[in-house]
Amino acid sequence: MGTMEVDTVSPVTERKILVQLKSDQGEALGAPLDIPFDISAKDLQSICNLLLEQQEDPLPYSFFIDNTEILKKLDDAIDFDKANTERCLDIVYQPQAVFRVRAVTRCSSTIEGHAEAVISTQFSPDGRYLASGSGDTTVRFWDVNTETPQFQCKGHKNWILAIAWSPDGKKLASGCKDGKICLWDPATGKQVGKTLAGHQQWITWLSWEPLHMNGQCRLLASSSKDATIRIWDTVMQSTLRILSSHTQSVTCIRWGGSGLIYSCSQDRSLKVWRAEDGVLCRTCTGHAHWINTLALNTDYVMRTGAVDPKDADVIHAADMDSPENLQKQALLRYNEFRKASGVERLVSGSDDFTLFLWNIETEKKPVERMTGHQGTVTQVCFSPNGNLIASASFDHSVKLWNGITGKFIASLRGHVQRVYQVAWSADSRLLVSGSQDSTLKLWEVKSRRLTVDLPGHADDVYTVDWSPDGQRVVSGGKDKVLKVWKK
Amino acid sequence: MPQNEHIELAQKRHGRRMDYHERKRKKEARAPHTEAARAQNLRGIKAKLHSQRRHSEKIQMKKTIRMHEERDTTQKEAPLQEGAVPAYLLDRETQTRAKVLSNMIKQKRKEKAGKWTVPIPKVHAVSESEVFKVLKSGKTKKKSWKRMVTKVCFVGEGFTRKPPKFERFIRPMGLRFKKAHVTHPELKATFQLPIIGVKKNPSSPMYTSLGVITKGTILEVNVSELGLVTQGGKVVWGKYAQVTNNPENDGCINAVLLV
Repeated sequence: MGTMEVDTVSPVTERKILVQLKSDQGEALGAPLDIPFDISAKDLQSICNLLLEQQEDPLPYSFFIDNTEILKKLDDAIDFDKANTERCLDIVYQPQAVFRVRAVTRCSSTIEGHAEAVISTQFSPDGRYLASGSGDTTVRFWDVNTETPQFQCKGHKNWILAIAWSPDGKKLASGCKDGKICLWDPATGKQVGKTLAGHQQWITWLSWEPLHMNGQCRLLASSSKDATIRIWDTVMQSTLRILSSHTQSVTCIRWGGSGLIYSCSQDRSLKVWRAEDGVLCRTCTGHAHWINTLALNTDYVMRTGAVDPKDADVIHAADMDSPENLQKQALLRYNEFRKASGVERLVSGSDDFTLFLWNIETEKKPVERMTGHQGTVTQVCFSPNGNLIASASFDHSVKLWNGITGKFIASLRGHVQRVYQVAWSADSRLLVSGSQDSTLKLWEVKSRRLTVDLPGHADDVYTVDWSPDGQRVVSGGKDKVLKVWKK
Repeated sequence: MPQNEHIELAQKRHGRRMDYHERKRKKEARAPHTEAARAQNLRGIKAKLHSQRRHSEKIQMKKTIRMHEERDTTQKEAPLQEGAVPAYLLDRETQTRAKVLSNMIKQKRKEKAGKWTVPIPKVHAVSESEVFKVLKSGKTKKKSWKRMVTKVCFVGEGFTRKPPKFERFIRPMGLRFKKAHVTHPELKATFQLPIIGVKKNPSSPMYTSLGVITKGTILEVNVSELGLVTQGGKVVWGKYAQVTNNPENDGCINAVLLV
């Protein structure tokens, strides 16, 4: 097949090079090819599709030589000082999303309602509902289509610090500074069951059991300042088990796709627990200061659960699916993702200005120590396809890293104050960041440039979320309003 | 000495005296009086030991009383704190930060009118004789058209002195300043910021054009390192500040930012 490709290129080109296409897992695709230097990325794409035998519905690909992306032509990306053109050159191809999310450019509405700073907002997994938690002790649901307030949920007695949608989108959990957890029904705005009390101090993070493991979305894990993690049974309304081994505030938890719970703490350790029996599997150390945040490469696929962003529509169909069906779909999506990405990777960001990349399921040693930030890292985020990591830091920058090797890619500068949060678009091509300087900035990953500056907030932006259907971005902050941004 | 518990046995068999409880009550009621009488007449080591014991008893008593009081009053709920912050900022010392809350349009209008609400509204006028020293020039030192500025000055970046024949005002190098210590009134923090220019010296427009800095002068300072942002998302670069000290006396410029 390789020789066939060489025949098709124009005879005018004089310089050629031997290349080998490889997947991002390192598997070679076909035999080495002899191709001209000035071949475009588009032509490479058609070669790649041909070799993968998918001419009927070709997928978009991007190509990399030593982490440098081929943007226009092959010879732009080759570093002639280092590369030995006599030898076979490896080109890594990465599949891109078949759909495109359009960049948001304007603020479509500013919704008032909260009486205190908006601390967290999140879209439901299908982008149908929007919820926010605030310092005025209420959780509010907003109508996404009309951008108006829908329900106001009172139940907490203190600031709401964390909210989390169940992956089937039928429940919302909220945790407050008193250590209480409430569950809410987005359709009625009523509380489900009673308040879950147990934590001695404030809740730092909430994480649901992934949909592909349980179609009912029954279990919820919560981490707290009191150094414990609790697993709750939301149907029985009781604590199933308490995981306590951390010695300081647990700052973040993630429920992995293979039944492991990852937690990080201010005691500088990262612990892995088995969810089914609460056994501590391993403790990873490496950070020199508080660990603030975790991210899994499977985060996005588990967050969206059964809903594929590819099939997102502006008009939501009424969902009639049974929990078993949802679980089946979610499992399908999860397995597909795992097949493409290989192992489950975890990245942790810390107060010591570094990030660590771990192959957390199997290894105790980090894959890579990612240095470069000059301030506390507040949030790390894998792109939905798992190929990139974005990290937000107090040093006013957002940095991009390779999601597989952990190598540094680019630094996105533009904010003039601490960057608090970042959010990816569903197609992994765009990134939005919210900062203390009261602006949101939208970055294009390919060109690594600031695409759109989104001013409008009057004060710090504490939280940003991009809806999984790609239609809107929501942001909330200290100025008590929620802003919805659209194309 | 009794060889057995005769008293208890008798009590069990026959019960107590009929007036036992009354006598007991009265005795207890009288106890403080007898105790006080005894305390008054104790001397020496016995008095010391007694007061020591009494002291600890009183502490215990007060503690129990307080405990009972706490139990009886209903606890009021702690009021909700203001200034909610996300969990990722909770354990950190949050530095209160400057905000550009003032309306930019308003500021523009004020700028046009040349009026600001300033921390020091009334400034003592500085006379020309105080600011300028007359320099005699010419071969016979008869001419006296040259002036030397005796106050602190700000001289722009690219300034070159005129030839001596045409230089009417001399601004000595030793009195030229490039930076000011600017206090942010909301932050209560002081920053050393580069001066961009002298916006207005209230004493005279001539001082403004010469860049003379006296108490009450409005300076424009470079605040880019403070990271202030306007509503429109632009970074604020220059802001005004009013001088609060007498720079010529102190050797430094202290100013308050006008927000």
